[in-house]
Amino acid sequence: MTITSEVAQHRIRVPHEREPEHSEGATLRRREATHETSEQTPVLSPERIAYLEGLVKQARTAAAVFTQFAQEDVDRIVKPMVLAGLEQAQYLARLAVEETKLGVLEDKSLKNMVATEFVYNYVKDKRTVGAIREVPERGVIEVAEPIGVIFSLTPITNPTSTVLFKCIMAIKTRNAVIFSPHPNAWHCCKEAVRIMYEKALQYGAPQGVFSCLESHTLEDNAYLMHHKDIGLIDATGGPGVVKAAYSSGKPALGVGAGNTPVYLEKTADLNMAVVDIITSKTFDNGTICASEQTVVIDDEIYELVLKKFADLGAHICTPKETDLLARTVIDPETGYMNPNAVGQKATDIARMVGLAVKPNTKLLITSIQGVGREHPLSLEKLFPVLSVFRAKSAEQALRICVDVNHAGGLGHTAVVFSRNDEIIRKFGEVINAGRVIVNSPGSIGAFGGIYNDMVPTFSFGCGTGGGNSTTDNVNVYHYLNIKRMARRTQAHMWFRVPNQIYFNMNAVENLRKLSSRSTIVITNPYMEQMGHVDTVRRHLPAETLVHVSVIPDAEPEAKVIMQGVEALNFYKADQIIALGGGSVIDAAKIMKLKYESPEADLEELAAPFMDWRKRVVEYPKKKVCQARLVAISTTSGTGSEVTPFAVMTDKERGRKVTLADYSLTPDVAIVDPQFVMSMPKGLTADTGIDCLTHALEAAVSIYASPYTDSNAMQAIRLVFKYLPVAYEHPGDEEARSMMHNAACIAAIAFSNAAVGVNHALAHSFGARFGVAHGRANALMLPHVIAFNASVPTKFMPSPNQRGYVAHKKYATIADLLGLGGSTTDQKVKNLVSATEQLLDRLAIPRSIADLGISREDFELALPDLARIAFDDPSWRSNPRMPLVSELVELFWCAYRGRSAAKHVVGSQMQSA
Amino acid sequence: MATALWVKIDGEHAVRTLGEIREKLNGDQGEIVLDFSCIRQITPPAVQALEDLATATDHSPVRIVLHRVNVDVYKVLKLMKLAPRFSYLN
Repeated sequence: MTITSEVAQHRIRVPHEREPEHSEGATLRRREATHETSEQTPVLSPERIAYLEGLVKQARTAAAVFTQFAQEDVDRIVKPMVLAGLEQAQYLARLAVEETKLGVLEDKSLKNMVATEFVYNYVKDKRTVGAIREVPERGVIEVAEPIGVIFSLTPITNPTSTVLFKCIMAIKTRNAVIFSPHPNAWHCCKEAVRIMYEKALQYGAPQGVFSCLESHTLEDNAYLMHHKDIGLIDATGGPGVVKAAYSSGKPALGVGAGNTPVYLEKTADLNMAVVDIITSKTFDNGTICASEQTVVIDDEIYELVLKKFADLGAHICTPKETDLLARTVIDPETGYMNPNAVGQKATDIARMVGLAVKPNTKLLITSIQGVGREHPLSLEKLFPVLSVFRAKSAEQALRICVDVNHAGGLGHTAVVFSRNDEIIRKFGEVINAGRVIVNSPGSIGAFGGIYNDMVPTFSFGCGTGGGNSTTDNVNVYHYLNIKRMARRTQAHMWFRVPNQIYFNMNAVENLRKLSSRSTIVITNPYMEQMGHVDTVRRHLPAETLVHVSVIPDAEPEAKVIMQGVEALNFYKADQIIALGGGSVIDAAKIMKLKYESPEADLEELAAPFMDWRKRVVEYPKKKVCQARLVAISTTSGTGSEVTPFAVMTDKERGRKVTLADYSLTPDVAIVDPQFVMSMPKGLTADTGIDCLTHALEAAVSIYASPYTDSNAMQAIRLVFKYLPVAYEHPGDEEARSMMHNAACIAAIAFSNAAVGVNHALAHSFGARFGVAHGRANALMLPHVIAFNASVPTKFMPSPNQRGYVAHKKYATIADLLGLGGSTTDQKVKNLVSATEQLLDRLAIPRSIADLGISREDFELALPDLARIAFDDPSWRSNPRMPLVSELVELFWCAYRGRSAAKHVVGSQMQSA
Repeated sequence: MATALWVKIDGEHAVRTLGEIREKLNGDQGEIVLDFSCIRQITPPAVQALEDLATATDHSPVRIVLHRVNVDVYKVLKLMKLAPRFSYLN
């Protein structure tokens, strides 16, 4: 046969790129080896270069012009091309068989029809121009962008069908293609390209959209593979072609050889399986790389299956015949298929080997005892020789299939026949194949659209196992750059508050409405001394058993929490009343969490997060029991009675554990001013400023919403009006009541909008120098307002805000407080001044220096202060992203003190 | 060649018109404005004609200005690396 000599002439090297673990697959070569590219610098004559440049120029122009076409223009061209392909299917099949001497005319004709009709059926309604997919709910539009010029290598085994397929895909996606057919299939491919091109031109495609290399050489391929104007290499063929494509440095689709294992399991429909395998393996004389290579048959059905094969025209080879075949059709030295056998009929192969078979023999079946180079027939055989293996168990069968898969078939195709879903699933898991065909023929099944709903194709992606970039059946979407237009979306926001909030004097009476069999009151010694515990006890229903648990008046420790949980368990509490300030209420929140969900891992739940909705950890939903948490606040600052936060100290590890989840929010909040009437002046001032800081930070937070704004603004108004009164006249019931409400309202605001950089600074400074939280906040507050109102060095990403609004928010607050000013700048300055005046009136030290902290001590601490403040999550909702250097500057502002400090860090925002 | 010339390009005769302009270039200094307002799509021969015209004016003092080139045609010129070889007027 002439093919052999041509193959020999074209073969320049044998790459061993597949099968890093097993040499058998790597050394297996077939005639696609002739279709490689030289990796050396191409040596081409100036005339040849001019010719190739002309092809590229023509294709590039066509592709550029093609970008102007609409979907309708493209679809108008595709349909007549498909019809032309169908009309010429048999003609092209005849050309292919005559030229390649491979395969079966009828089957090649069928392949041409699949490549046109089935592919058209898949693509006809697909949008491939402009917006191809819209997802309105996600604000995403996918837009198609053509690739430009595609350099396409086509194989000897499916020559014309591959050309037809790629032409249809290219027109549908507005790309131009330069074809480089296998040298032994050049004439038939050129004719297929001509038919497609002429029809495309007739219906308006740009000139030069398809071209076919004239009598190309390996150097041509190398030149084009490295050409700057080639956008994509689409290489269908053997491993050499694929490797050359991927080695070119160009984006490439390289899809190549396989070695399809088949597991014929004992529960399978044997009649169907045997017919399917014969149909598939003999289709086009086995030239399709997805065709069955080794069938692993369960022991129980082995003899029966062989009989069925024999009954339907297969010749079951004797061991001697098998040995003869193995030595003849596979080169024992290299593991290559004998090119004379590829694509030939079973009877011709038998004659070639010297086997006596019946004239109507369709298939030669050989029994193998293992897989690998020492068992040559376990390798890929693109001719009607099928190996069978008798498996003693399902486990062994699966192992042998894995071996075959790894002997040159990684990523390609595999087949399983079974009625056992578990076996089918296991097979799919252990076999590395882009196509796992179930209860149907491998080769025809892999095409897609005939035996299954896979995408019709003539290029089988083999994934990384086959050195490919995809495991897909290559289709139009691989010929497109898909752009995603993402519209700005507003994250869904929330506003959550406790179920019940009772407020005003004697609101504690509402406890009577809360039925409970066993209640535990968590409180601190001071509350007990003040008689507040008795007050609570008096207001509980008579039938409620009440137990009191007194905990230290400090940030709760793990030990205290667990003692509380023990008590809750002991008394089987169905209600917890937290009576105290932030520490007591926080302790009660954590006790409830551990009581209801003993498995809750506090350490894990305290993991940092950026977005409530996307956080990694989830708070437990399973509860072993349930208890109502009633929070009665006895300070007017933290607002812990309505917040979803709780802080505890882990003394063993020497750190704070901050928990945040809406499930921590108390079920009932009682905001009764009778419990704060006796608050000392200093505590009144500090907690009041803490409340003001919550409200101001929530107002400018990136999570601020109209819902939180209404609460923040009202809280700010109440603080400016009533805090000085409550401070100067502690017995003023109205002022106490309003400040108690303000703390709760501000907490509702920051529970939903979070706080900002002021809290980050205060946390760091307060912890280092032992300064009360509210007072630490106060020292920073005027400086932070000025900082946020100036032009940020770095903006904080904030999809919910349209532009930078912090300075405008402050101006609105100044208006609300009636501070005057005609510009935003003036209003911000007035707000800063009003805040400073309020702090002065509350006798809060003007600076860190006024606290008695020396400049040396402060300076020494400053690097740590800045580092810890930067690690604090609070600032992540601040409108302005602080640089570490800016945190340092803010600390210095606070050290120098209000009035003395130059407030603004950065330049002033322009007035709106 | 006149020092300023305004030429309307229409789809049907674009290649011929562009070829005529190229042939008439005689080294004079000046500006040729090609009015593309009627061109919705450009064809491969018209792209080639534009390229030839650009090449012809590469070393001449004549400046070719394209008037009202729609963005689809502009993208074709961009893909063909022809866009920077012309000036644009809207």
